[in-house]
Amino acid sequence: MSMLEIDKVSKVYKTGTFGGDVMLALRGVSFDIGQGEVVSLIGQSGSGKSTLGKILLRLLEPSGGVVRFDGRDITSWSKHQRRDYYRYVQGVFQDPFSSYNPLYKADRVFEMVRGVYYPSSSRAEWEAKLEDALESVSLNPADVLNKFPHQLSGGQQQRLLIARALLLEVKLLIADEIISMLDASTRVDVLNLLVDLKKKGLGVLFITHDLSLGNYISDRTVILRYGATVEMGETHKVFGNPQHPYTKSLLTAVPQLHKKWESNGALVTTGPLARSGATAQFEADPILAEADADPRRYSRSAIHPRQQARAEASDGPKLSLMDRRDVPWHQRFGVRGPDYAAVIAANPPPVMVECEPGHFVAQSA
Amino acid sequence: MSVKIDNLQIYYTTLRGEVKAVDGVTFSIGDGEIMGLAGESGCGKSTLGNGLIYLEGRMRHAGGHVTLDGKELPIGDAKAMEQHRLRSVSIIPQYAMSALNPTRKIGRMTADLLKSRGVDYKSVLEEFRRRVALVGLPADVLERYPFELSGGMRQRATMVISTLLNPSLLIGDEVTSALDVSTQRAVGEMFMEFRDRGYVKSTIVITHDLSILAQIADTILIMYAGKLAEKADAQTIVNNPLHPYTQQLLASLPEVGLRYDEAPLVGIPGRPPSLLDPPKGCRFRDRCPVAFEQCTAEPPFVELHPGHQVACWKAIQDAQSFNEEPAAQGAGR
Ligand SMILES: Nc1ncnc2c1ncn2[C@@H]1O[C@H](COP(=O)(O)OP(=O)(O)OP(=O)(O)O)[C@@H](O)[C@H]1O
Ligand SMILES: Nc1ncnc2c1ncn2[C@@H]1O[C@H](COP(=O)(O)OP(=O)(O)O)[C@@H](O)[C@H]1O
Ligand code: SF4
Ligand SMILES: [Mg+2]
Ligand SMILES: [Mg+2]
Repeated sequence: MSMLEIDKVSKVYKTGTFGGDVMLALRGVSFDIGQGEVVSLIGQSGSGKSTLGKILLRLLEPSGGVVRFDGRDITSWSKHQRRDYYRYVQGVFQDPFSSYNPLYKADRVFEMVRGVYYPSSSRAEWEAKLEDALESVSLNPADVLNKFPHQLSGGQQQRLLIARALLLEVKLLIADEIISMLDASTRVDVLNLLVDLKKKGLGVLFITHDLSLGNYISDRTVILRYGATVEMGETHKVFGNPQHPYTKSLLTAVPQLHKKWESNGALVTTGPLARSGATAQFEADPILAEADADPRRYSRSAIHPRQQARAEASDGPKLSLMDRRDVPWHQRFGVRGPDYAAVIAANPPPVMVECEPGHFVAQSA
Repeated sequence: MSVKIDNLQIYYTTLRGEVKAVDGVTFSIGDGEIMGLAGESGCGKSTLGNGLIYLEGRMRHAGGHVTLDGKELPIGDAKAMEQHRLRSVSIIPQYAMSALNPTRKIGRMTADLLKSRGVDYKSVLEEFRRRVALVGLPADVLERYPFELSGGMRQRATMVISTLLNPSLLIGDEVTSALDVSTQRAVGEMFMEFRDRGYVKSTIVITHDLSILAQIADTILIMYAGKLAEKADAQTIVNNPLHPYTQQLLASLPEVGLRYDEAPLVGIPGRPPSLLDPPKGCRFRDRCPVAFEQCTAEPPFVELHPGHQVACWKAIQDAQSFNEEPAAQGAGR
């Protein structure tokens, strides 16, 4: 049994886009993470990576499927047991700024950890611990302590959050684009730190857009597209012998120092902005194409967007730790959701076949 | 030269003293130049970028000048800057994704923004629509809320909005860092396209992804601890860097296909100095493998080869001995 089992997890969002649509952000995603294992999660923006991360951190409820941590359904931790869950499972997010309350000093995130998890530690013990954690992410305490979040650079904010996670005896770290805000050498420090922790048994879900870093650190890789897994398996197999056309196209888009994009052939047939002619228009742009081809949008009768906006506004800064979008819509609007189970059932993920031992690819329809 | 920055200093006032985040930088950006700006996290890149647009509360213009299209840009004067923002300088901030007002539709938000600059939305609407289509956004984005757009779409939308009035200088701060590789490419190529079409004259692209700069930037400027370390054309920085910091920064990039258990990467040992009270002399000295006595004095940022400026005593020494040898044999003075 793996430490973390993600079992056919689906997520349906209610969106106001076309007057009340439903967005199936995850479709039956299944994989697991063992102790001391780093799994990379890769996919286009909007493919559902952060949604999965938030579900694992219990910031969102799955609409279908189960997540088990040490064999136990994570939704079965009651409200006051959550604390124990977060002792073991911690997350660091993509946009570090949104994880802070702008009204408080940034190091309040540490004090909160202390208050909840180390209430009896002495000042000196605590400070030593804190200093170690900051040291391990190459931060100078004088530069970062006693400052408000907006007084820190993006990378400093990000590293403070990593340090906070390290203060706990985490067993599983959900790392959502945690290194994108860091320069190359600090990235290496953080990655090597993760390697050390991994050797001591830490499991990591490493969400990244940087395929070479994903390749550098992860044992296994999961490629997500439109909310479903299209390819997964041992990292060297997925990258060394990619099977799915989507994985292949990702690999050609990786920017390289010594090779121009053009020489990799056009990723997008006409080029993202067609190079010639004043009437240029996107033709086969991946994102645009995606917006049309995205199989996950379903029309539903409506919540008026204005109503949604009002709800958004009134949620205000109270929810600064969470993405405000993530308040379940029936909580916001006092109405029950559409039939999620039916939406999920009607849109099964592609079937995965094992193309070589330890390497799975979605069967094309 | 459309942008000239001369000995610019931007400090933050804090209880402990002044954080010298941009501490005397001098460089220029040509017409049509896309300049990449990279450097260690916290070295002052965003401060430099933001400082050219808007000095918030604790930021202080401590010295130096900025000239845009031959005229002084009054960066220390908030009131005077108002008429320049969006019209002549424009920024896509590091948190553009979360900065967009969630309660306003894209179109409405743009209208408000333009109004605050005294521009009538209707008069630019047609061009706005044209550019929205150009970057591949569906026409109805104007009717959507920011949270309804994917990260890549949001970045494109902010980029179109911030360049709508054809500013002379566009600054993009970490615009691509949260995007997947194919969206990164699309957004990266937008910078080139906007330049080619004359929507912007000069561009500063701040990013940690040097490999993206190698694709889209004409020149790259490397900062270290509030100072400039090196500037040259992109290929030279990537293939032939002269500053030890640049060299080590590039060396810490993983090659595609490398794994931690096969070839562990090493970062740059040590930490940059605190900007509250930075040491005299070269700020990279503590971490520099080739530091020597002279480095206790501050190295000047000088052009050692045409178009290649470096602030490093070692590099200056090397360039001199290189130049002196043939000269000694040639025409004797
Ligand atoms: N409002 C502020 N008050 C005080 N210090 C600040 C403030 N904003 C930034 N700083 C400090 O100034 C320095 C430069 O910050 P800046 O945001 O310019 O860095 P950066 O190069 O953009 O870094 P990153 O790559 O991590 O975004 C940092 O040491 C930071 O802590
Ligand atoms: N709270 C929400 N309400 C509605 N749609 C959402 C919400 N959060 C995310 N989405 C949508 O779900 C999809 C997946 O989003 P996300 O998990 O953030 O993707 P990724 O992290 O891979 O970029 C996107 O299309 C996004 O717009
Ligand atoms: S000036 Fe001296 S310390 Fe600084 S980078 Fe050059 S050699 Fe190293
Ligand atoms: Mg995400
Ligand atoms: Mg920054």
